[in-house]
Amino acid sequence: MKKSLFFGTLTAAGMVAGFAAAGTLEDVVARGELNCGVNTGLVGFAAPDANGNWSGFDVAICKAVAAAVLGDPNKVKYVPTSGQTRFTALASSEIDVLARNSTWTFTRDVDLKLDFVGVNYYDGQGFMVPKALGVSSAKELDGATICIQTGTTTELNLADFFKANNMTYSPIAIDSNAEGEQQYLAGACDAYTTDASGLAATRAAFATPSDHIILPEIISKEPLGPLVRHGDNQWGDIVRWTLNALIAAEEYGITSANLEELSKGSSNPEIDRLLGTSGDLGPMFGLDNLWAKRAIAASGNYGEIFAATIGESTPIGLARGLNAQWTQGGLLYTPPFR
Amino acid sequence: MAEHHTAAFVRTEILPEQAPPVSEAGIIRWMRENLFSGPLNTVLTFVGLFIIYFVLKEYSPWLRHSVWNAGSVGECRDIVTAKYGEGATGACWAIIRDRWNMFMFGFYPRELYWRPTLALGLLIFAAAPVLFSESRLIRMWVLGVVSVFLMVAFPGLDVPNGDTALLAVVLVGMLALAWMRPWSLLWLTAVYPGLAVWMLWGGSAWGPTLAMAGFVIGWLAWLATRSFGTILSVGAAVLAPVLWWLFGMAPVQALLDASLPAAIEGVRSEKFGGFVLAVTIGVAGIVLSLPMGVVLALARRSDMFLIKGLAVGFIEFIRGVPLISLLFVASLLLNYFLPPGTNFDIILRVIIMVTMFAAAYIAEVVRGGLAALPRGQYEAADSLGLDYWKAQRLIILPQALKISIPGIVSTFIGLFKDTTLVVFVGLLDPLKGITDSVRASFEWKGAYWEPYIFVGCIFFIFNFSMSRYSMYLERRLQRDHE
Repeated sequence: MKKSLFFGTLTAAGMVAGFAAAGTLEDVVARGELNCGVNTGLVGFAAPDANGNWSGFDVAICKAVAAAVLGDPNKVKYVPTSGQTRFTALASSEIDVLARNSTWTFTRDVDLKLDFVGVNYYDGQGFMVPKALGVSSAKELDGATICIQTGTTTELNLADFFKANNMTYSPIAIDSNAEGEQQYLAGACDAYTTDASGLAATRAAFATPSDHIILPEIISKEPLGPLVRHGDNQWGDIVRWTLNALIAAEEYGITSANLEELSKGSSNPEIDRLLGTSGDLGPMFGLDNLWAKRAIAASGNYGEIFAATIGESTPIGLARGLNAQWTQGGLLYTPPFR
Repeated sequence: MAEHHTAAFVRTEILPEQAPPVSEAGIIRWMRENLFSGPLNTVLTFVGLFIIYFVLKEYSPWLRHSVWNAGSVGECRDIVTAKYGEGATGACWAIIRDRWNMFMFGFYPRELYWRPTLALGLLIFAAAPVLFSESRLIRMWVLGVVSVFLMVAFPGLDVPNGDTALLAVVLVGMLALAWMRPWSLLWLTAVYPGLAVWMLWGGSAWGPTLAMAGFVIGWLAWLATRSFGTILSVGAAVLAPVLWWLFGMAPVQALLDASLPAAIEGVRSEKFGGFVLAVTIGVAGIVLSLPMGVVLALARRSDMFLIKGLAVGFIEFIRGVPLISLLFVASLLLNYFLPPGTNFDIILRVIIMVTMFAAAYIAEVVRGGLAALPRGQYEAADSLGLDYWKAQRLIILPQALKISIPGIVSTFIGLFKDTTLVVFVGLLDPLKGITDSVRASFEWKGAYWEPYIFVGCIFFIFNFSMSRYSMYLERRLQRDHE
């Protein structure tokens, strides 16, 4: 019985598969819920608490998009994805948006037919070594054994870096961050390499963080950002400008504290357009005029999200660095809202 | 020679019994025979002892310094340092204590924990008339333990006292039935699949009821068309339920939901996780794959070319690909074919794939059992004038299945352990999915072995029970006199 039902569905599905491409916004609204792909668990970026409520830096993007589109930041179905399944899950419509600390690269953007809509975290790959090793620069790691997560861009960067510097290394393949920490602490590898944000969180969780140092070299550019399927530009625009709205809100000084007040009208016309007090930006991509206000209300502006999830007051303690506003010497620069 | 009998030193009474030499008795004899019976064994014994000593030396301080009460890994470390001095290490079981609910229930709504718990308890009751049909003693023991477990668990899960009292009444009633008329519990067995689905996923009671009604419709169709011949009646028995499920069910359910609403709070599949998920998939896979495997095994031995070809193709294809690739097909590839917006439940998809996978293996195990039966048994069945199905049901399968028990149970144990592979399709299995998401909170980052050991222990309990049950079943079904 099950088989015939199964194949019957398959045949029926084949006939309508052609319509799958367009209309993510309609799908999401009809469903009343945003399917958001997140990490299965990465400290600070995406983690469920004991009650299954997700929170984190990437999760905040999901919440903002859901708030903008559906009016409720809680109308999100979080789909935990692994490093191997994340892009397939997006391409196959299992999820509407992927916010899973994924690096924006040429092949992922072009060859995998995905669209990165922006960058929410500028990361870079670094190395952590035990202090006892007596190494102070990544250039001194010739011949070292290095723990490296498979299926990630870090794996490729590592090969490039050692090749460029005429050095050799023996990789120890690991599957997850937890396994990497364990191998590193057990002495299976001399150095552990992953994104610098991950290294900071890992080091902070060690019993004696001061016994380990993060080497100064950052060997790669890892612009991490949310992405959507290729070919649905309206949906891509919504996610892109939701992210931009969060970044712009920080630039213009819109916080969750003064959001209500500013949305009554302000002296800055750009704020008025962003919060929908004037102009009609929202209807241009099929939302109402208060979309950005709701997105900001979900968990605050970019700076607030950063401070609450991975910033210096959290145990992870990441400095803003490259992720400061362009006015503060960082790389965050959103196009104008007009 | 006779004069020697009068010699003074001939003993006239029997010597008193003496204790055997030290080297031939008790623990020393056992050690001589088992540990030091030769140079090779002696060396191996010492190597073994050294390994045990080494493991204990390395890990027993870690276990002895276990911490059960702490809010984070850091606190655990502080407690261990405070108690046992600088540099001491200790297991941080507080992670299990803090996230116990997540390991057991995933993200299942807290106020509804009683539903999966009750479903598991009722599963044992539903299985009792089948699994423990012969020995009343064992049956009552097992069901008694389950009842006590439920009665202890229910108040702990914040169930109101009134409902717990109701449960007590129901349990006592079922225990009485199990004592006096165990076969009447088969009614529970029959409705259990629908009941379990309803308890786990909630929603309208009419959905599972009407889905189960499909089987009744199939049976009625078979009864109604029986006089027209076997092929026609089998066709009707298959076609009628399929038509019912595809077209008849939805409108009837809508009508019933509107007129007689009987819904409890629904729980969606992504809320499932931990052992609720593992047991759901494991039990469904086990229950569905056994009949499917038997049918496949019979089909593979069939003389009909088409049936045999289909069975061989199916079995060899499924056995030829890894389970993970089937799971990937279920979770990702299917979405390319299904119309957008289709809600084909991911757990259902996984159960279908796991069932097909296990069924292919069981088919081969059962085929082994069928092949092991002496040809005389088949001929005896024929000579009695039994038709194919009667011969299989009364003579062939009871013996073949008995031979296959160890293999079948091995497949089941493998299936249950394989449920952890669902982590690759984004479901939160207890071993890696839940563990990784627990470790993703900063408090528990850095706890590595404890969750694995805990989950391993729970799996061991399940699998060891299955293994012991299969040995019991083999003893019980022993029909030859040795």
